[in-house]
Amino acid sequence: MKRILALTATIVLLVSGLTACAATAEEAETIKIGLNVELTGEAAVYGTPEKLAAELAVKEINAAGGVLGKQIELVIYDTKTDTAESTSNATKLMTEDGVVAVIGAAISGTTMAAAPVANQYQVPMITPSGSNALVTNDGSAVYPFVYRACFIDPFQGLVLANFAADNLGKTKAVVLGSSSSDYAKDLAAIFSEQFAVKGGTVVATEYYTDADTDFSAILTKVQAAGEFDVIFVADYAVRAGLIIKQAREAGIVVPFVGPDGFESPDLVELAGGAANLNDVYFSTHFSALSEDQKVQDFIANYTTETGEAPSALSALAYDTVYMLKAAIEAAGEVDPVKVNTALEALKDFPGITGTISFDEWHNPVKSAIVVQLVDGVQAAATVVNP
Amino acid sequence: MQEFLQQLVNGLSIGSIYALIALGYTMVYGIIKLINFAHGDMYMIGAYIGLVSVTVFKLPFFLALISTMVFTALIGILIERIAYKPLRKSTRVAALITAIGVSFFLQNIVSRIMGAKIYTFPSVLNNELYVVGGIRINSQQLVIFVTSIALMFLLQLIVQKTKIGRAMRSVAVDQDAARLMGVNVDHVITLTFAIGSSLAAAAGILVGIYYNTVNPLMGFAPGLKAFVAAVFGGIGIIPGAMIGGFSIGLIETFVSGYGSTLYKDAVVYIILILILIVKPSGLLGKNKKEKV
Amino acid sequence: MKQTLLNKKNLTWLAIAIVIFVVVQLLIDARIISPYYRVTLFWICIFAILGVSLNIIIGVTGQFSLGHAGFMSIGAYSAAVLLKMMPDYTGLAIGIGVGLVISFVVSFIVAMPTLRLKGDYLAIATLGVGEIIRIIILNMTITNGASGISNIPFLVNWPMMFVFTVLAIALSANFKNSAIGRACISIKEDEIASEAMGINTTKYKVTAFVFGALLASIAGALYATSYYVIKPETFGITNSINILVIVVFGGMGSLTGSVVAAIVLGIINIILQPLAELRMIIYALALIGIMIFRPQGLLGTYEASISSLFDFKSHFKRFTKAGKEKA
Repeated sequence: MKRILALTATIVLLVSGLTACAATAEEAETIKIGLNVELTGEAAVYGTPEKLAAELAVKEINAAGGVLGKQIELVIYDTKTDTAESTSNATKLMTEDGVVAVIGAAISGTTMAAAPVANQYQVPMITPSGSNALVTNDGSAVYPFVYRACFIDPFQGLVLANFAADNLGKTKAVVLGSSSSDYAKDLAAIFSEQFAVKGGTVVATEYYTDADTDFSAILTKVQAAGEFDVIFVADYAVRAGLIIKQAREAGIVVPFVGPDGFESPDLVELAGGAANLNDVYFSTHFSALSEDQKVQDFIANYTTETGEAPSALSALAYDTVYMLKAAIEAAGEVDPVKVNTALEALKDFPGITGTISFDEWHNPVKSAIVVQLVDGVQAAATVVNP
Repeated sequence: MQEFLQQLVNGLSIGSIYALIALGYTMVYGIIKLINFAHGDMYMIGAYIGLVSVTVFKLPFFLALISTMVFTALIGILIERIAYKPLRKSTRVAALITAIGVSFFLQNIVSRIMGAKIYTFPSVLNNELYVVGGIRINSQQLVIFVTSIALMFLLQLIVQKTKIGRAMRSVAVDQDAARLMGVNVDHVITLTFAIGSSLAAAAGILVGIYYNTVNPLMGFAPGLKAFVAAVFGGIGIIPGAMIGGFSIGLIETFVSGYGSTLYKDAVVYIILILILIVKPSGLLGKNKKEKV
Repeated sequence: MKQTLLNKKNLTWLAIAIVIFVVVQLLIDARIISPYYRVTLFWICIFAILGVSLNIIIGVTGQFSLGHAGFMSIGAYSAAVLLKMMPDYTGLAIGIGVGLVISFVVSFIVAMPTLRLKGDYLAIATLGVGEIIRIIILNMTITNGASGISNIPFLVNWPMMFVFTVLAIALSANFKNSAIGRACISIKEDEIASEAMGINTTKYKVTAFVFGALLASIAGALYATSYYVIKPETFGITNSINILVIVVFGGMGSLTGSVVAAIVLGIINIILQPLAELRMIIYALALIGIMIFRPQGLLGTYEASISSLFDFKSHFKRFTKAGKEKA
C-alpha cells in the first residue's frame, strides 16, 4: 500500500508540474519568438549566455514599446545538446507554439538537426553561433529559411592564417585541434591550407578529444617534432586555456593564435594566470575595445542584468534578436514567410558584431576582429576584412 | 630517450589521478558489489565543495582538503541512506540504475545551483617546476602522485589491519554471516560509502587545482576510466585499482605520444578486453572456481 | 503441440495491431497527433525496438550488455551513407540490409570471446566494444568523422514505423517463446545447470546477442532517417544507458514492459519539456524513486497475453502483488 501511495505521489507531482506550465501558455497579442539552445549538456556553456543575451534584448525591445505595437514573448526550449531533441523542439516551436521565427541553436550539430524542420514548416531560423559551412545550405543549394549571425569557419581559418603569416611574420606552425567538433576540424584544415599558400610550413598537426584535460603527451610529442614559431589551437577556451597553461609549463614560449572560441571571461583563469597570456591572438565577433556606443551600452546592460561580462556568443545572440525585430518591422506583419523574405533582404544591419547583410548562402558578410592579449587583457584589436 | 622519459612522467601523472578515483570505486564495489556509477560525480561534488571552501571561505589548502573530504563523506552517507539502502535486497541491476539516477541528479543539481559556466580554481597550492635532466615535473604532479600512493597504503591498512576493516571484509564475503557474527552491516556499508566518497573528494579537489577548472560533467569520463582501471586491476582489490590506474594512464599517454590521441580510448578498451579474456577477473583478481 | 501461423491467438494479436494502427493513423489525419507529437511517437517506436532487443540479451538471456548503442550506430550510419547516395526507399532498404550484414559480422566476432565473461566484467567489456565502435566511426572518412552526416532524407512515415516496430516485437516474442528462447532463459537462471542439461550455452548466448544487435541496427536505421543528423556522440555510452533504463524500468525479461517503458518515457519527456533545466533533475529523481519502490520494473516479468489482456482485475492484483514480492 505504501508503494502505491508513493507512486501516486510521484504521479501527482508530475501532473502538477504539467499544469503549472500549461497555465502560462495562453497569452494573446504578443509576438512569439522561439529560442532553441543548449541549456544542459556539454554545450550549456555556450547556450546559456545566448539565452541571457536574447532575454536582455527582448526586455529592451519590450520596454521601448515592442515591435509593431506588440510585445515580444520568448518561448525557450533546451536541446540538451542532443540532435534529436533539437529536431523535436523545433517542430514543437513551429507547429504548436506558433512562433514567427526561431533563434538557435548555439552549436552547429543541433542547428543542422533543426534546419530541415524550418524549411519544412517555412519558419525562419537564425543561429547566433552555428559556424559550420553546411548549416545554412547543403553544399549545393541554400536552405531558404535558415540564417546565421556569425561568420563561418572557413572564413575564420583564412583570416587567422593570413594574420599569422602576414601580421606576425611566422613561417613554422603547429596545429592543434579537437577531433570531436567539426568546428575545430574545419578551422584546422583551412588554416593549414592557407598557411601553406602564404609560404609557411605546418610542422605538426595533433588532434585530441573534447573529453581531454591533459595535453602533456601531445605537447611533449610536438616539442620533439622540430622547431616551430607559432601554435594554432582550433578550439574553445575550455581546452585552449588548459593547452596554453600546460604548454607554458612545458617551456613552450611561442605565440598562440586561435579562433573566436578563445573569447571567454574565464580564459585568464583557465590558462593559469595572466602571466601565461602574453602573445596570444584570437579572432572574434566584437571587441569590448570598440568605441561604438551600442557596444558599450550592451556591455553595461548585460553586466548589470547578469552580473558577468558578455562574451562574443552573447553579443551574437543579442544581434540576432534585433535582426529579427528589423525583419518583422520590414515585413509589417507577423507572418513567418513574410519575415523570412524581409530577413533575406536585410541590408547593412547595424549590429554590435558589425554591419550585417546576408550573402546568397545566408551567411553574414562582415569583418572579423583579431585581438591581442597582453597579460590576459585585450590590448589591441585589428579589423581584418574578408 | 628524453621524450620517452617525459612521456613516462606524463603518463604516471594522469595515471595517479585515475588511481585516486579508482580507489574509492573499487572499495565500494569490493564491499557491496555495486557499480557505483555516481562515484565520478562524487569526485565532481568534491571539486565544487573544494572550490567553495577556498574561494568563499578562504580556507588554506590543507583545511580545505579535510573539510571537503568530510562534507563529501556526509553527502555520500546521505545518498547511501536515501537511494541505495532501500535497494540492498533487490537485484544488482536495480541498484545500478539507481546509481545512474543519482549520477544524473548530481550533475544536474550542481549545474542548476552553480549555473552552466566554467569555474576556475585559484592556485592555492604552490606550483614549482623541477627540471631534472631535461625532464619537467611540477610539484602539483608530485603531490597528486604521493597522495594517491599514500591513500592506497592507508586504505589497505584500514581494510587489512583494523577491526572495522575486518568487519568490512566479512561483509564483503557474506552479509548474512557477518550479521550473525555481530557485525553491524548497515554501519559498515555506510562507513564504506563515507570513505569512498571522501577519497573521491580528495581526488576532485586535487584535480581541480591541477587542471584549475571544474564543471558539472567533469566526473563522467574520469569516472568511467576509473571503473575501467578498477576492473583492469581486478575489481574490489585495492592495489589492483592502483595498478589499473597507472596502466591506463601510461597506455593513454604512449598511444597519444607515439600514435594518435584519437585512438587512445580504443586501445585502452582493446587491451582491457584482451586482459579480461585471458584473465577474466582482472590482473590481480583471483579466478574463482565456479560452484554448482 | 501443433501450431499454424494463422491460429486464433495470432489472429487476435493481428487484429489488435490493426486497431492500434488505424486509430493512430486517424489521430494523425485529424491532427490530434500533431507533427510534434509524431516526432515523439517515432522516438517511442525506435526506443521500443531498442528496448525489446536489449531485453532479449539482458532480461531473457541474462547477459549484461552496455554497448547496445554501438550496434544502433552501425545501422544508423549504414542507412545514412546509403541514403546520401540514393535518397529514396531503395537506398533505405539497401542501407538497412548493409547495416544488418555489418552488425551480424561485428556482433558475432564480439560475442564469441566476450560472452565468456560474466556479470560486471561482461558489462565493462561490452561498454568497451560500444566505445570502440564509436571511435572507429569517429575516425572514418565515409562517416564524415565528428561532424557526422547531416541532411539525411526524411523517409519514415507512421505505417512504415508501425510495421517495423510490430515486426520487431513479434520476432522478439517468438524468439523468447521458441526453443532457443527457453534455452536462453535457463542460461539466465543457472548457467552451469543448463550446461549440465546438455544446452550449448555459448551457442545460445551468441544467438541472443546477435539477434539483439540486428534489431538494434534496424532501429538505428530508422533513427537516421527520422532525425536528419547523426553524429558519433549520439551513440555513446549515454545512449546505451538510456536503452538500459528502458529495459530495467519496464521490467527485465518482460518485452511488454520495454514497450510500456518506451511509451512512458516518451510521454514524460513531453510533459517535462517546458521545464528546461529542471527536467533532468526530475527525471533523475523519478528514476531513483521508481527503482526504490518498484525495483523489478513497472511490469516485473509480466508478459501481455491474449487470455489475460482483457482480465483487468488480475492486472491490478498482479501489479500490487508484484510490489509486495520484492524481497
